[in-house]
Amino acid sequence: MASESSEVRLLGKWASPFSNRVDLALKLKGVPYKYSEEDLANKSEDLLKYNPVHKKVPVLVHNGNPLPESLVIVEYIDETWKNNPLLPQDPYERALARFWAKTLDDKILPAIWNACWSDEKGREKAVEEALEALEILQEALKEKRFFGGENIGLVDIAANFIGYWVAILQEIAGLELLTIEKFPKLYKWSQEFANHPVIKDGLPPRDELFAFFKASAKK
Amino acid sequence: MADEVVLLDFWPSPFGMRVRIALAEKGIKYEYREEDLKNKSPLLLQMNPVHKKIPVLIHKGKPICESLIAVQYIDEVWSDTNPLLPSHPYQRAQARFWADYVDKKIYDLGGKIWQTKGEEKEAAKKEFTEALKLLEEELGDKAYFGGDNLGFLDIAFVPFYTWFRGYEPFGILNIESECPKFIAWANRCLQKESVAKSVPDQDKIHEFIVDIRKKLGIE
Repeated sequence: MASESSEVRLLGKWASPFSNRVDLALKLKGVPYKYSEEDLANKSEDLLKYNPVHKKVPVLVHNGNPLPESLVIVEYIDETWKNNPLLPQDPYERALARFWAKTLDDKILPAIWNACWSDEKGREKAVEEALEALEILQEALKEKRFFGGENIGLVDIAANFIGYWVAILQEIAGLELLTIEKFPKLYKWSQEFANHPVIKDGLPPRDELFAFFKASAKK
Repeated sequence: MADEVVLLDFWPSPFGMRVRIALAEKGIKYEYREEDLKNKSPLLLQMNPVHKKIPVLIHKGKPICESLIAVQYIDEVWSDTNPLLPSHPYQRAQARFWADYVDKKIYDLGGKIWQTKGEEKEAAKKEFTEALKLLEEELGDKAYFGGDNLGFLDIAFVPFYTWFRGYEPFGILNIESECPKFIAWANRCLQKESVAKSVPDQDKIHEFIVDIRKKLGIE
């Protein structure tokens, strides 16, 4: 019988933080996998077959079984490969982790994204909302090293956009959102996150990411 | 002990209904507290400071926010009866994926249907019917999404049916002919005691919708 890891495929997009979440989870678990880069302007037959509902990346295919939606995938990875757990054992702590992962997607990421891409008119309000969102997130961190405690967990992975993408996007937008002065704890977390030995190897190269978003900004 | 579990809720909320059904499925005694959303209680603001929304499940004084997260928490804590999620990780992930789909599509589209007019409404109706058909496909020949018994996705989805029935007198939506499987499934769920006692009277929901439409100036 083939090992669990023998047929793991990820359809992704190198610049996407959602796709990256799955890379990070697989790497933290030490699961070997095949990666296919998707061109979203020219979606592959495989992508349309494996994610007919949303036609988006990331999609994990494990032993031929497809699964879309980054956070659903990360929980699935955690339940299938039990080493280096990404979610806590205690049901209440698990509920909290899920809550913060969802709040990142529903509220925090959109606020930051909007601020970085806002035009003159909406800028002030968008920036205010982004700063409020970062404040809420920093409070959730408390005194911990990572959201997962001593180790990287679900919320750290879900917050990869904050840990790595925000620095690049805010520079391009000419904004100061996540800075050491404004959010010392969260800023420190972002450094720990991006320098974590496994995470570091799993993140896309900074220069290329910068160039990619800079080009998008010009359009 | 009943005072160990408290639910902060608002009677017509489909999200609140989800938690009520889960608690009923597990036979958990709890204190139900009705919130006036125009005058939120200090307890609600203290227990859900980030979103200030219902439902909030409070267990031994600690809050669990977001309906689907609360349902999973209930399943994990009261794990000895009526499991709500499947035991296999891939099936669990599928249930989570589709519940997320209900959140993203059904709720928003449903709102658009009875709150907008003209082209926007017609477009929403079309997309909504397509979404229902996808969910019908997912149901297949099963009695419930959970198989022989009510499961996570049934609980996530069925509360919205009470609202669709509420739109019908306005002649807005006629899904009976287009999605008969869905209607049959919903009626099957309503036969279950846990569902029947957790959803409000059809007439009350209808009155509630009439009220809101008046306030929004829709005739």
